[in-house]
Amino acid sequence: MVLNCRHVWDRISDYMDGTLDPAVRADVERHLAGCEICSAVLDSTRNVIVLIADDRVFELPVDYSKRLHARLDAVLSSEAPGQH
Amino acid sequence: MTAQQITAELRQERETALIAAILNGEREKFHDLIRPYERQVFLTALALVKNETEAEDIAQEAILRAYRKLASFRGAAKFSTWLTAITLNEARTRLREEKRAAFDSLDGNDPEKGDFTPAVLIDWREVPLEALERQEVRALMQQAIAELPDAFRQVVVLRDMEEMSVNDTAEALGISVALVKVRLHRARLLLQKKLAPQLRRAVKPKRKAGILGRLPWF
Repeated sequence: MVLNCRHVWDRISDYMDGTLDPAVRADVERHLAGCEICSAVLDSTRNVIVLIADDRVFELPVDYSKRLHARLDAVLSSEAPGQH
Repeated sequence: MTAQQITAELRQERETALIAAILNGEREKFHDLIRPYERQVFLTALALVKNETEAEDIAQEAILRAYRKLASFRGAAKFSTWLTAITLNEARTRLREEKRAAFDSLDGNDPEKGDFTPAVLIDWREVPLEALERQEVRALMQQAIAELPDAFRQVVVLRDMEEMSVNDTAEALGISVALVKVRLHRARLLLQKKLAPQLRRAVKPKRKAGILGRLPWF
């Protein structure tokens, strides 16, 4: 099947996750090979997703872990884990 | 079996042993059980409340709740999925108590429906991870994520930031796999549309390092 640009945009997420049906995947790849616009859309989407997965985007508050484990210490020393 | 599956299986065995030990009285081991998930719990809470102080508070409460109901963890789900579901519940309860909407309505201007046009940038250049060293670039990304509709942000945080599978994301959120896929797709394209042009402006390609570029006064 010959896909147009919109068909390809609609499938970008599944294409990135590798969950497209093999025949559809082949159609998408055929379109991408000849379409500069869709290639740029795919590359930039992929790039944005790689960037947002980086731990530097959201840093944990300073001493978050220290406060968490101090609070846990207080609870662990006084309570057994519940049985419900 | 892939290396990834082996790692996942080893992690699960380790967690099962830790949980058994904790329930048997070695309470201190709960610290070790929770340590790999501290960041995930915080991000999950932040996806709902969008405020760091509140997200930290929710993260602490969710982790304490997980300790208190540890015996009810049956191992049917992954520990991480179970913990994420507890965190989402904790955050939703908090939002309800404060009478803030836990989900913004997707009616009206429904971003799950209709055609969508991404940002079309022929001259796109890949933004390297090093760009995240810059506060300005991090702020752009944080803002774009915060501006996503709530239901989309939750999916993208679990799937793309915490790198959970689509199935685990669906299980933690209590929605179908199909809905996770639809929301994930829209969220990714919304992020592309917003961020691709902004990042292109913020991260200009380096000038070619000719002889002039290497001289300190140029």
